[in-house]
Amino acid sequence: MSYERRLLIESAAGVIARHRPPQEEDASWSAPLWDALEEHGFTRVSLPEELGGTGGDLADAAAVARLIGQTAAPVPLADTVLVGGWLLAEAGLPVGDGPCPAAPSTDGARLERRPGGWRLTGSLPRVPWGRFAETVAVLAATPDGWAVVAVDAADLTAAEAVNLAGEPRDDLMVDAEIDAARVALAPPHVDAAALRRRGALARALTIAGSLDQVLALTVAYVREREQFGRPIAKFQAVQQQIAVLAGEVASASAAVDAAVLAEARGAAPWPVAVAKAEASSAAGRAAAIAHQLHGAMGFTDEYALHHLTRRLWAWRDEFGDESEWWIALGREAAAAGPERLWHVVSGAVSPAA
Amino acid sequence: MTAGVETPALLLAVPEFGAAAQELRQDVRRFIDEARAAGDFVPRCDAWLAGFSADFSRELGRRGWIGMTWPARYGGHERTALERFVVAEELLAAGAPVAAHWIADRQSGPQIYRHGTDAQRERFLPDIARGVSYFSLGMSEPDSGSDLASVRTTARRVSGGWRLNGTKVWTSHAHHAHYVTVLCRTADSEPGNRHSGLSIVIVDLAAQGVTVRPIQLITGEHHFNEVTFQDVLVPDDMLLGEEGAGWRLVTAELSLERSGPERFLSTFALLPELMRMLGPEVGDRAAAEIGRLIAELCTLRQMSASVAAMIDAGQDPVAEAALVKDLGTRFEQQVPEVVRLVARADASGEAGATFARLLSEAVLAAPGFTLRGGTTEILRGITARALGVR
Ligand SMILES: Cc1cc2nc3c(=O)[nH]c(=O)nc-3n(C[C@H](O)[C@H](O)[C@H](O)COP(=O)(O)OP(=O)(O)OC[C@H]3O[C@@H](n4cnc5c(N)ncnc54)[C@H](O)[C@@H]3O)c2cc1C
Repeated sequence: MSYERRLLIESAAGVIARHRPPQEEDASWSAPLWDALEEHGFTRVSLPEELGGTGGDLADAAAVARLIGQTAAPVPLADTVLVGGWLLAEAGLPVGDGPCPAAPSTDGARLERRPGGWRLTGSLPRVPWGRFAETVAVLAATPDGWAVVAVDAADLTAAEAVNLAGEPRDDLMVDAEIDAARVALAPPHVDAAALRRRGALARALTIAGSLDQVLALTVAYVREREQFGRPIAKFQAVQQQIAVLAGEVASASAAVDAAVLAEARGAAPWPVAVAKAEASSAAGRAAAIAHQLHGAMGFTDEYALHHLTRRLWAWRDEFGDESEWWIALGREAAAAGPERLWHVVSGAVSPAA
Repeated sequence: MTAGVETPALLLAVPEFGAAAQELRQDVRRFIDEARAAGDFVPRCDAWLAGFSADFSRELGRRGWIGMTWPARYGGHERTALERFVVAEELLAAGAPVAAHWIADRQSGPQIYRHGTDAQRERFLPDIARGVSYFSLGMSEPDSGSDLASVRTTARRVSGGWRLNGTKVWTSHAHHAHYVTVLCRTADSEPGNRHSGLSIVIVDLAAQGVTVRPIQLITGEHHFNEVTFQDVLVPDDMLLGEEGAGWRLVTAELSLERSGPERFLSTFALLPELMRMLGPEVGDRAAAEIGRLIAELCTLRQMSASVAAMIDAGQDPVAEAALVKDLGTRFEQQVPEVVRLVARADASGEAGATFARLLSEAVLAAPGFTLRGGTTEILRGITARALGVR
C-alpha cells in the first residue's frame, strides 16, 4: 500500500474513532460521523473533482470502504462513493453533499419525458439508508437507453425497513417532475448489470473489512479467555479453527483486492463476480467459526462481535448472494467452452472476448 | 489493513504478471497444443506425481522451462519466480506429464543452488535444467511422518565421507530418479533441541547398498517406494550445506514446496471434460456448482502467484505458503466431489470414457493431496502460530 493511501486510511480511521457513536448504541446511522467524514472529503473519494468529488482513485475509495466494514461505521459511505456517486458521475451529473446511495433495482420506476423535463413514478425497493439520503441515484430505462436520475430526497417518501444488521433498507416511493438538469443518458458501459456489479464490489469490500476485524477480535479473544487453567488458544482444536478462519479472511481479501485492481482498469465483471461470491461465502463460514470460538460471550448484545457478524450476514445477500454470482460465473464458463476454460480462469483473455 | 486496530491476518497482495510473463504463457500454450495434437501426451489428473515422461521433461528442458530462475552459469534461465509460476500452471492445467523433473526443479535444484557448494551446483544443476537428471525426496520414514525431526536414518563419519543406514518410505519416483536427498542424523541431538544433529546428504540411487522397493498405491499404480540404505558410502562432497544444518535446509524450501500451482491444480483436468459433457448451456444448479469451483480457483491461483511474487521480492513467506496449501489442496480434493454430482450419470461414448477415467484418477489421488508436503493439520498449526495463537 502506498504511503499516501496509508495516510488516507489512518486519517479516516481517526475521524471514525472520534465521531462514531458509542458501540453500545448499535446505531445504524450517525449524522455527526457522516458530517465529519464529509468535511474531510472521504465521502466523495475517487469521484471527479469537477463533479464535486475529492479526487483519488478507485483503490483509495476501496480502502475507505473496507475501513467502513472493519469499523462497522454506521454510514452509507461505500454506497455513496462506489455506487450512487459513481452512477451520477458516470453520467456526468454533479454529486452534491449528503448520503447518495443508488436504488439497487432498475425496474420499479418509470421515467418519462415531459416538456422541459422528466417525470419519475413508481417504487424503489430496499434503498440503502434511503430515509437519510440527500440524493438517490436511479438508473431507469428510456426508449433511448438507460438514463441516470439524481432524485432529490424531497421527492421521495420512505416506507422504512431494515436488513438483519438493522441498517436502513427503505422502500422509496416517487411521483415527481424532475428537472432536466438532474437527468442524463448513461454512457454505453453503464447499465443494470454495471450497477449491480458496483454494488457487489461495494459489499464485497465492506465484507472484507469486517472479516479482517472478525479475525482480529477472535484471535485476541482466544488468547485471553482461559478454561481448564490455560488460554483456550492452547487447545489444538481452537488453533485449527483459527487457521481455517484465517483462510476464509485471506481468500476474501485476495479476491476483493483483485477485483478492485481489475475494476480500476475498466469494467471487470468476472473479477467482481469472483470477489462477491468469495466474500459472501467466506462471510457465513467466518461468522460461524468466530461465534463458536467466542462461546456465549460472542452471542451477547454487549460484546462487539455481533456488530460485525450481523452485517456480514446481511451484506452477503445484498447485490447478489454467492449463488447468484456462482451461477453467473458458471454460465460464462460454460459458454466459453472446455478449450477456453483455463484461459478464462488464468485471466489471459476476458470471458466475453 | 492497519487502521488503529492491528489486524493479524495473513494478507497476500495482488501479483502483477508482466508482459514477458504473458508472452511466455502464449509460448507454453502453443507448445502444449502442438504436443497434444501430436499425441505426445494425454491429459491426466495429478500429472506432477503420476505423469512421468522422460521425453517430455527433456523437451521442456530444451525449451528453457526447467531451472528457470537459476543463473545461466548453472544452466538456468534467470527468469522470475512468477514466470516460473506461469510455465508451471500452464503445464499443470493441461495435465501434462511433468513428474520426472518436478521435484528436482521445484525443490532439490533450488536447495542445491542455495545451500550447495559451487562444485555441487556445477555438477547437478545443469543436468536438472536440461530435464535429464531427476531427484527424489528422502524425508519420511516408517516411524517419522509429520514428526520429521524424529528420523532415524543415520550417517556416520568414515574416512572420505559418511556411512548411511536406514529406511525411507513414500519416496516418490525413487525408481526413476538418479539421486535422492536424504534427511539423516549425523549426530545425536543436543538436549532441548531435537532439530540439531540432522543433515542432508545427496545419495546416488545407483550406489552400492541402496535398495528401492515399490509400494503400490490404492490406484494400483507404482509412484512411491521404500528406499533402504545399507552401509551406503556417501562421499564427503555429497553433504549438502553444513553438517548439522539439515533442519534449516528442510524448512528453508517450504514456501516453494507448498505454495505452487501443483497445490490446487491436481484435478483441474477434470473440469474441461465436465464442461465438454455439459455443453455451452447449463442449468442453474450445475452453473452454481461450477461457478463456485471457478471462484475458488481464481482466488487460489492469485494467492499462490502472490506467494511467488513474495519469493521474487526476497521474502520467505512460510506461513502464507502453508495457508495456500491448506486451501489449495482442500480445493483440488473437492473438485471430483462436486463434479461427480453435477455430471450426467449416463455419460457414454468417447467423451464419457475420458471423463470417467479422469474422475476415477481424481477420486483415487485425492486423499494424498492433504497429506503430502505437510498434512492439513500441521499446516494449520503453522498458520495459527503465525497469528500468535499457539
Ligand atoms: C502421494 C504421496 C507422496 C509422497 N511422497 C513423499 C516423498 O517423495 N518423500 C517423502 O519423504 N515423503 C513423501 N510422502 C510422505 C508425506 O510427507 C507424509 O505422508 C506426511 O508427512 C505425513 O506423514 P504420515 O503419512 O506418516 O502421517 P502421520 O504423521 O502419521 O499423520 C497421520 C494423521 O495424524 C495427524 N497428525 C500427526 N501429527 C499431528 C499433530 N501434531 N497434530 C495434529 N494432527 C497430527 C496428521 O495430520 C494425519 O492426519 C508422500 C505422501 C503421499 C501421500
